[in-house]
Amino acid sequence: MINYIWAFMIVFGIIVSFITGNVEAVSKAIMDSCTTAVNLCIGMLGIYALWMGLMSIAKKSELTNSLSSKMQPILHYLFPNVPKASAAMGFISLNIIANMLGMGNAATPFGLKAMEEMQKLNKSTSIATHDMCMFLVINASSVQLIPSTVIALRQASGSLQPTDITLTALFATACSTIIGIVAVKALSSHRGL
Amino acid sequence: MEAFNAVANAIIPVFIVLIVVYASFKRVNVYDSFIEGAQDGIQTVFHIMPYIIGMLFAINIFRASGALEILNNAISPLFNLIGLPKELTPLALLRPFSGSASLSLLADIYKQYGPDSIISKIASTMMGSTETIFYTVALYYGSIKIKKTRYTVPAALLSTLAGIIAAVFICNITFGK
Repeated sequence: MINYIWAFMIVFGIIVSFITGNVEAVSKAIMDSCTTAVNLCIGMLGIYALWMGLMSIAKKSELTNSLSSKMQPILHYLFPNVPKASAAMGFISLNIIANMLGMGNAATPFGLKAMEEMQKLNKSTSIATHDMCMFLVINASSVQLIPSTVIALRQASGSLQPTDITLTALFATACSTIIGIVAVKALSSHRGL
Repeated sequence: MEAFNAVANAIIPVFIVLIVVYASFKRVNVYDSFIEGAQDGIQTVFHIMPYIIGMLFAINIFRASGALEILNNAISPLFNLIGLPKELTPLALLRPFSGSASLSLLADIYKQYGPDSIISKIASTMMGSTETIFYTVALYYGSIKIKKTRYTVPAALLSTLAGIIAAVFICNITFGK
């Protein structure tokens, strides 16, 4: 799937650029993308090292285990094939907590670790498991309790009530997450998928 | 607002103190563990770098060429069916692809319509309830070399659509004319 999307964005984009005469802009965008990507990664180096470092402390102190055991009932419903005491469950709970608290740059390293651990439980090396699909959809649906970035931007833009979208965003987030979970649950019961 | 900001700013420091204090209490060698994890984190970044370069490359082409705009024009009637104002279709489309690009688009919307207009409020709610699907999927699956993502993308898109519909609905009720 991702192979097709990737190819489509590039091929369709370049064809369009020839039709619309945006070739020059596209050439520039291509070169810019490398710089942006590398700058992004350099920025991530520090953040990732920091969060993974703190996380390693949390893991050694069994804080992650006790967290995930508290979240066990709901986690077991969402990820039925991930064993209770596995490292995967610890990272999944950390990822979800970080997402809820709006710590996006902490959520991603936890998420990648969770994927790595879930892959160890995967019988196939190249096909996603149901649990991975569920994890991705939850991550893609945003479970953030307080949209701090948006609020900061609203405040910076001179809004009189920057926080008044907190509750509406919470409602919308709840809807998107619930529909995502329902969709994965429904689709996972089809054997062909 | 100030109290709210104080809470939001305190989340990360409090989280960090909790981890360090709890671990010290449990007699974990905190500094050694930190270094161990940090090493792991740096490796992770190098590992995912190619995926980030590959994804940004494709997304940039798609945006700069005007392809996103074409897609936008094609889809906006469909979005109108669910009551999404035409001004917000670019945001709805860009959001699954890029977080930073959609954030700058959001800033643009604030500037153009005023941050307290209903359009801006719907936009903010949408932004706060959806995520960068394609980036996340490519990164997470790519990092463990999963090729077949099965129903992940359709389910994620469905959830985003639900988020958009919910945002339009709740904002019209809460802030409606």
